[in-house]
Amino acid sequence: MIGGLFIYNHKGEVLISRVYRDDIGRNAVDAFRVNVIHARQQVRSPVTNIARTSFFHVKRSNIWLAAVTKQNVNAAMVFEFLYKMCDVMAAYFGKISEENIKNNFVLIYELLDEILDFGYPQNSETGALKTFITQQGIKGQHQTKEEQSQITSQVTGQIGWRREGIKYRRNELFLDVLESVNLLMSPQGQVLSAHVSGRVVMKSYLSGMPECKFGMNDKIVIDKQGKGGTTDDPGKSELGGSGKQSIAIDDCTFHQCVRLSKFDSERSISFIPPDGEYELMRYRTTKDIILPFRVIPLVREVGRTKLEVKVVIKSNFKPSLLAQKIEVRIPTPLNTSGVQVICMKGKAKYKASENAIVWKIKRMAGMKESQISAEIELLPTNDKKKWARPPISMNFEVPFAPSGLKVRYLKVFESKLNYSDHDVIKWVRYIGRSGIYETRC
Amino acid sequence: MTDSKYFTTTKKGEIFELKAELNSDKKEKKKEAVKKVIASMTVGKDVSALFPDVVNCMQTDNLELKKLVYLYLMNYAKSQPDMAIMAVNTFVKDCEDPNPLIRALAVRTMGCIRVDKITEYLCEPLRKCLKDEDPYVRKTAAVCVAKLHDINAQLVEDQGFLDTLKDLISDSNPMVVANAVAALSEIAESHPNSNLLDLNPQTINKLLTALNECTEWGQIFILDCLANYMPRDDRESQSICERVTPRLSHANSAVVLSAVKVLMKFMEMLPKDLDYYGTLLKKLAPPLVTLLSAEPELQYVALRNINLIVQKRPEILKHEMKVFFVKYNDPIYVKLEKLDIMIRLASQANIAQVLAELKEYATEVDVDFVRKAVRAIGRCAIKVEQSAERCVSTLLDLIQTKVNYVVQEAIVVIKDIFRKYPNKYESVIATLCENLDSLDEPEARAAMIWIVGEYAERIDNADELLESFLEGFHDESTQVQLQLLTAIVKLFLKKPTETQELVQQVLSLATQDSDNPDLRDRGYIYWRLLSTDPVAAKEVVLAEKPLISEETDLIEPTLLEELICHIGTLASVYHKPPSAFVEGSRGVQHKKLTARAGSGESAESPDVGLSGPSEAPPAVIPSQGDLLGDLLNLDLAPPTATVPSVQPSMQMGAMDLLGGGLDSLMGDESDTLGGDIGGSPSMGGGLGVAPAAMPAALGGAPAVGGGLGDLFDLSGGVGMPTGSYVAPKTVWLPAMKAKGLEISGTFARRGGIIQMDLSLTNKAMSVMTDFAIQFNRNSFGLAPAGPLQVLTPLSPNQTIDVSLPLSTSGPVMKMEPLNNLQVAVKNNIDVFYFSCQYPISMIFVEDGKMERQVFLATWKDIPNDNEALFQIKDIHLNSDAASNKLQGSNIFTIAKRTVEGQDMLYLSVKLTNGIWVLAEMRIQTGNPNYTEMELSIKCRAPEVSPFVFQCYELVLKN
Repeated sequence: MIGGLFIYNHKGEVLISRVYRDDIGRNAVDAFRVNVIHARQQVRSPVTNIARTSFFHVKRSNIWLAAVTKQNVNAAMVFEFLYKMCDVMAAYFGKISEENIKNNFVLIYELLDEILDFGYPQNSETGALKTFITQQGIKGQHQTKEEQSQITSQVTGQIGWRREGIKYRRNELFLDVLESVNLLMSPQGQVLSAHVSGRVVMKSYLSGMPECKFGMNDKIVIDKQGKGGTTDDPGKSELGGSGKQSIAIDDCTFHQCVRLSKFDSERSISFIPPDGEYELMRYRTTKDIILPFRVIPLVREVGRTKLEVKVVIKSNFKPSLLAQKIEVRIPTPLNTSGVQVICMKGKAKYKASENAIVWKIKRMAGMKESQISAEIELLPTNDKKKWARPPISMNFEVPFAPSGLKVRYLKVFESKLNYSDHDVIKWVRYIGRSGIYETRC
Repeated sequence: MTDSKYFTTTKKGEIFELKAELNSDKKEKKKEAVKKVIASMTVGKDVSALFPDVVNCMQTDNLELKKLVYLYLMNYAKSQPDMAIMAVNTFVKDCEDPNPLIRALAVRTMGCIRVDKITEYLCEPLRKCLKDEDPYVRKTAAVCVAKLHDINAQLVEDQGFLDTLKDLISDSNPMVVANAVAALSEIAESHPNSNLLDLNPQTINKLLTALNECTEWGQIFILDCLANYMPRDDRESQSICERVTPRLSHANSAVVLSAVKVLMKFMEMLPKDLDYYGTLLKKLAPPLVTLLSAEPELQYVALRNINLIVQKRPEILKHEMKVFFVKYNDPIYVKLEKLDIMIRLASQANIAQVLAELKEYATEVDVDFVRKAVRAIGRCAIKVEQSAERCVSTLLDLIQTKVNYVVQEAIVVIKDIFRKYPNKYESVIATLCENLDSLDEPEARAAMIWIVGEYAERIDNADELLESFLEGFHDESTQVQLQLLTAIVKLFLKKPTETQELVQQVLSLATQDSDNPDLRDRGYIYWRLLSTDPVAAKEVVLAEKPLISEETDLIEPTLLEELICHIGTLASVYHKPPSAFVEGSRGVQHKKLTARAGSGESAESPDVGLSGPSEAPPAVIPSQGDLLGDLLNLDLAPPTATVPSVQPSMQMGAMDLLGGGLDSLMGDESDTLGGDIGGSPSMGGGLGVAPAAMPAALGGAPAVGGGLGDLFDLSGGVGMPTGSYVAPKTVWLPAMKAKGLEISGTFARRGGIIQMDLSLTNKAMSVMTDFAIQFNRNSFGLAPAGPLQVLTPLSPNQTIDVSLPLSTSGPVMKMEPLNNLQVAVKNNIDVFYFSCQYPISMIFVEDGKMERQVFLATWKDIPNDNEALFQIKDIHLNSDAASNKLQGSNIFTIAKRTVEGQDMLYLSVKLTNGIWVLAEMRIQTGNPNYTEMELSIKCRAPEVSPFVFQCYELVLKN
């Protein structure tokens, strides 16, 4: 199991050091600094073995988090834990920075004592932790016995992510379907790979212990219902809209509140949600993806000292919808001496420090087309190695789900309190963003 | 309020100030001071001097202050055990606190204080906490049992905590169950045979129930534990699989990977024709692909595991090639792993896409990645025949880029393609030859030379090309030299008329001017072949080569099976068994997959998945590196451990040498270019028939004369170990005591035979005859193995040297001292008695090298009372030299490791009567003179130890 956990600043000074196991000595702290943080070359692996001690590290801005062990631990668990640790810290004091860590070091030690025991991760849900560890010191000294046992039963309980007795005057929930669409396209416009990785993020402000059921246009469910001939689907088009009938989901994963066995057997998504914001599910689709933009590059080498670049982008969605925050990044060779750009729409700039021409367009409607052309002057070099021609990448945001996913319903049942599904105010929003959206040139 | 200020103070007298603050009456000030202390502790300052003052703050109602003090205690208690006792009362009291959070805090912290005296006090509170009404306290207590076990395993067993822990598996609270499982699994790891977890269908059912209800971490503990279970039949396997599959949709990647592990393992037991088997296979792919959208570090872990899964069950991901395409911004470690998997998944169906991708990657920035991509193209060509042509043309395009490392890498892989498809792509040779000058890496040079040699008849200027390499022959690496030698010989066989001079030149360079035995050996073999039978030479050198295999870098099957059992863990990331990087007894157990009983596909017996350390290690040893520190975390490579034992006769020595040379030749060939020689049976046969004749025949060729001398030199020097140490003769029987017969002698062990070397001197006036010898009964049953051979009478003032072979099958009686030998020598005058002492190293046998596993087990097994400590002073040897020397006397180095500037050698010795003597030798490496060594010797018969020590000393000092 995890033998120790260290946090360093960018210089390699240790900010937090907690050792859980006897086989980890103080010298481990230095070993990591010397061999990884101060190492000359780029990090070649997130797992490093130094003198029979294994170090797992992740970086958040310029802060290093390292877990050490001398045993054959579950590596995936260690990384998941490190991420979780970051989430917990962020939930307590915001950005993970040297200053914030120093300001909260007592709190961090308390958290580390609670969420890792002898190197075994324990309940690390912030909802539960915040009931007894706070930035203002520890609660619990002046609590009643009932409160105490409520805390412990929540921390250890089946529903460790939600406490009892939550009350809202207005029961409300927000669903965000956030998709990032990833594309790798060849210069000839052939799709080499494309997938959507989506997340359903929920903000719930619901009283009591509500039982929720979530439905979407999952092909498997729809097909099954079609076969069964069920006509009175209670949740039909309650929240959803038009568009594709159903989508094929390659795979999905769920927040731990979702009853996985039920999903496995009936493919229904039922759960008692945590309070506030959390990620209900992640999914991935690869079939019938709407690619919001198409990038058509044209690069021509004119002699040895000049490049001509022309890039056309085409928007491929309903004309009534607007894409936003469009950014096209055209890489330029390292020996670029000057660039002249002409674009039809938006603004384009050559950024020498980033070796790229960045073309920004604030808004663009569907079924439109725009173009940029640039002349790149090159310095003559002796470098034999050819320019690697990195791909042209794109960023954007569109108000629909490129996978075609639609929320069909989200039903809320709370039997003990007197509010029904109809009283809950529900909001759904779809946002499609670019993930890694690249076209080779 | 900001706490960062605590990090800033570095002024002098700080400790003193802190002391004052800690003893302040004001609560706030106290707390501030403790915070400062913790901050100092964090940055590595020694604040242990404040121990009593900090512990004084422990008696407080302020929970935050208490936690800080506890944190301090955990850090420093070990260095101040007496003071730590002061804290015990507070702990015991806190364990009775009405607030469960405080009870748990106390029991959690106490377990982290590794002071023996405290652990005694821990027992009672722990017992109570294990049965506490509050689940939070119980789950903390469960982990505490593991902590206590780590400090004092015996205590935990004596107190019966293990049974209580087992009971917790049936606890109503899922988190308590999960922690109990984690604790038990850990304890069970250090007791491989204890059957502690005692997994049976009932407990499995409990675990599976808890699986649905506990935290994500708890699910991981339970799944990892489940993976060790061995279902009784396929129905049970299937039902467990069915209950585990929902976990594949968990958001936590570690839960997913652990579930994959359980499924991969239990699937092995399902009949393949079962519908469910196919369903399960289909269910595995999507979650594995999803792991690739996790954070890069997790992607890396996932990819390393997928690499194993793909090797074990290629069918799972065969349609998922695209997801392994490299993204431009992937971290380099992700890119390299993806590339590996792409090659494994490449097939005729997807080869076009793969090739297009690889070509793209070959233009990237990272040198390692580009090289790997180029190499991958070559591997595709070899794997998918239909694509070979496309691959070759892609490689040619890449060569045109003139990027140095791309060109070199391409040439190396093209050589392999030639091997796979002989006489198919020679048209490219011209292009390759254009790049001859830019090759500066040995591998690429060797590959190019091989190509030139192999296709010498089609390259007009092959002789010129090869000659150009010959100029700097001695500056080339061995790989290139060997290749050049072979290539020129090939050229000669193909175009004998024009290249005679060249071949003579290379043969003399290789045999006369080279220090490299491999090169020299190969040179001689060619020379001899060419001079005796050119037809045979042709058959040998130009023999058809065996095909090279399609897949490379495959993990050896037993290791793969073991790694599959460790999916998700570090072992699967390193691709090494846990024993290779885990110290001590943990991880020594080799896990393996168990196939379905009675299924025809695997011959493995369906025994228990967990096998104890006593079980023989897997038959196929993966690679040296993987065995690293199998036990005792010993580093591998005892310096000269593989040198064969001393061969007494010269003839044998010569044969050995040739045999060895040939081996290395063959090994080398098949490794790199695939058996120019190794592939041909006639070669081995030819050498095998008349090994003894070889040196003579070589001597016949005039040019080889000098080399022959070398050959014999070698056999005495490099080829053989230095041999056991033989003490100079000492006088055993002075002439005055034996009527003029003086006997001096010594003992030697040669080729496994103990010999008593005697010098008999006649100092009397008359001739002596009729010599005979007899031994009294002695400790190790030494007895003359034959008569004392003094054939001619011994005239006055004459000395005769005889060697008397000894056996150890004589009658045994314990002598004092142990190595004392009483001898009677008779001649025509009288019978004389004397006693002498033999160095005990005489009875160290040649097969005294113990298996590592056995070594560890034996070392542990021998009671500590039998351990004897010795010091050897004034030794000027480093560990390697020492190990070498000792080996000559049949003291074998089993392993070596370096700890804190000291080399530790682990040595074993076996006596003729089967007694093993184990030793651990500590050598200061920091000291340039290596003046002192510490030796601790363990043996079941401790009376032997001092004598063994004497031998060590004797051998090392001489």
